[in-house]
Amino acid sequence: MTDHTDSRPVAVRFRDVARHFGTVRAVDGVTMDIYDGEFFSMLGPSGSGKTTCLRMIAGFEQPTAGSISLHDREISGVPPFERDVNTVFQDYALFPHMSVGDNVGYGLMIRKVPKAERQQRVRQMLELVRLPGMEKRKPSMLSGGQRQRVALARALINQPSVLLLDEPLGALDLKLRQEMQIELKAIQQQVGITFIYVTHDQEEAMTMSDRIAIFNAGRLEQIGSPSEIYERPATAFVAGFVGTSNLFEGSTAAALTGSDRPFTVRPERIRMAKPGASVESGLRSVQGTVKDVIYLGMNTRYLVEISGGMLVVVVQQNVDTDHQTQHASRGESIVLTWSPAHERHVEVT
Amino acid sequence: MTNTAARPPQPPDSIGRRAATFFHAHPTLTLIALISLPLAWLLVIYIGSIIAMLTQSFFSLDPFSGRVVRIPTLVTYQQLFQPANIDIIVRTAVMAASVTIMCALIAFPLAYYMARYASLRTRSLLYLGVMLPLWSSYLVRVYAWKLILADEGIISWVFNTLGLRGVLDAILGIPVIGGSSLSFSFLGMFIVFVYIWLPFMVLPVTAALERVPKSLMEASGDLGAKPSTTFWKIIFPLAFPGIVAGSIFTFSLTLGDYIIPQIIGNSSFFIGGAVYTFYGTAGNIPLAAAFTTVPIVIMIIYLLAARRLGAFDAL
Repeated sequence: MTDHTDSRPVAVRFRDVARHFGTVRAVDGVTMDIYDGEFFSMLGPSGSGKTTCLRMIAGFEQPTAGSISLHDREISGVPPFERDVNTVFQDYALFPHMSVGDNVGYGLMIRKVPKAERQQRVRQMLELVRLPGMEKRKPSMLSGGQRQRVALARALINQPSVLLLDEPLGALDLKLRQEMQIELKAIQQQVGITFIYVTHDQEEAMTMSDRIAIFNAGRLEQIGSPSEIYERPATAFVAGFVGTSNLFEGSTAAALTGSDRPFTVRPERIRMAKPGASVESGLRSVQGTVKDVIYLGMNTRYLVEISGGMLVVVVQQNVDTDHQTQHASRGESIVLTWSPAHERHVEVT
Repeated sequence: MTNTAARPPQPPDSIGRRAATFFHAHPTLTLIALISLPLAWLLVIYIGSIIAMLTQSFFSLDPFSGRVVRIPTLVTYQQLFQPANIDIIVRTAVMAASVTIMCALIAFPLAYYMARYASLRTRSLLYLGVMLPLWSSYLVRVYAWKLILADEGIISWVFNTLGLRGVLDAILGIPVIGGSSLSFSFLGMFIVFVYIWLPFMVLPVTAALERVPKSLMEASGDLGAKPSTTFWKIIFPLAFPGIVAGSIFTFSLTLGDYIIPQIIGNSSFFIGGAVYTFYGTAGNIPLAAAFTTVPIVIMIIYLLAARRLGAFDAL
């Protein structure tokens, strides 16, 4: 599933790449182009193949079939230490017996960069990741967020053409994660390197990425910008994985639209009205009973059961309401309305 | 949704439960209760007896009456530093050091394979293989080696059949470590020592290597290090504490052993044999005690040196 042809230079190209472990197809025919200088995320549930694809770019795994090229150079047989890519690992993989300075300077030390220059570059890198003066510390004395930044500095100092990040923010708490997301994006734009980022957190992917690739069971479901993925999901899986969506199919769909082609509607696009109130012409409307009201502070989620038994999720922001003055209460009969323009036809796999 | 089933009954009261509740509420008392007996054993029987033995080294043997004179003196230690006794000490230390180095050289590749490459099944079988000799009698194994090393034994036979008798004779002709036969020489002792203590080196090294996370090696390669660089810069330093742990076993066990030198050795003494002779035959308990302080001091120096070299940094 490649998107429209682009004339930008390609950093990493996958052509029909597969990785099988015996009968398990971890990656099953992935084709994609990752452009120079973009922040590209691979998003999907655990076991969807996104981490395996990342490891194949790094060189820790070899594809069973297909080809991977880095800047038009085939890299399938090339060992990791010969590739111009660096990785930030999920568990940071900092060398425990070396100081922060030695960790960050490791790549330069391998390349036999003279000590003075090495120390200078380590200092610059640590300033970039906002950890000035930490050269002498040991990794065991750092917090999770600090270790993550050391891992980032260690990878960036080698100025790779592509930086791979394997769920690096997974171990951090929410506030720190959100801070780091913004920092990572800023660093990427400052340094101008291609970032390839693996995550299962769709909000994370949406925050940072120029484009997102959605993975499911070893296959690519869709590639696009965050808004494309969210507003025009190609499949039911994408619609349900990125944000919440309501999937109408079969007889329920037929009763509403006249055809049984499946479609999804985002919860925030649905309005609730009292039964009997006038409904604008052209809008879909369906009767339902409120089964549950979930107050989330910023907004409230309503679960509404409509005829046919389907549970529709409706989300309303609490602009003028709070937990006491909600739009509807449990057990109440209401009418759901939405515009057909917000219906998205999807493939159901 | 109410639970209509009756609540299960509370666990029955008993002395045991009441005691457990009491100990839970008094953690310090619990600690004392748990530790006091083992601590008493450690202090009184273990350390106490070592101290009792060490105090003996500050006494002396009256040459005329053959009895121990319980007046603190350094005369016994002066005796210890006579050339003949120094010889014994040096001989033992050199043997211990060579055995340690050889054990490390053999154990490391084996442990590396077990920790990094072997499948779970292979690894379990190898663990078993390494441990198996420890289940049989130490003495039986040493005597078995005596037979293997003897002139009429299998090693000799292999050399003869291959026409390499001359090579064997040349090896046995090397001064100091050679001898009349492999089973009566330092070389033979060395071989048996290495065999006997090898499991004690393999196990700690395997444990240390298993603890090195795979992601560290991947990270090193990712940053441009070829496999040999990754080995010397990352794997070896992190496995080093395991080697040190194993070497503590091999070194101290060799220092104190008195059976192998007796069975495989020639007439020259090792520390163990000296202690045995001085204590048993000569009744010179102070000198025997003085000899036993030597391994203790050597091990203390060894551990301090290991710490200096950073062996315990990765801990």
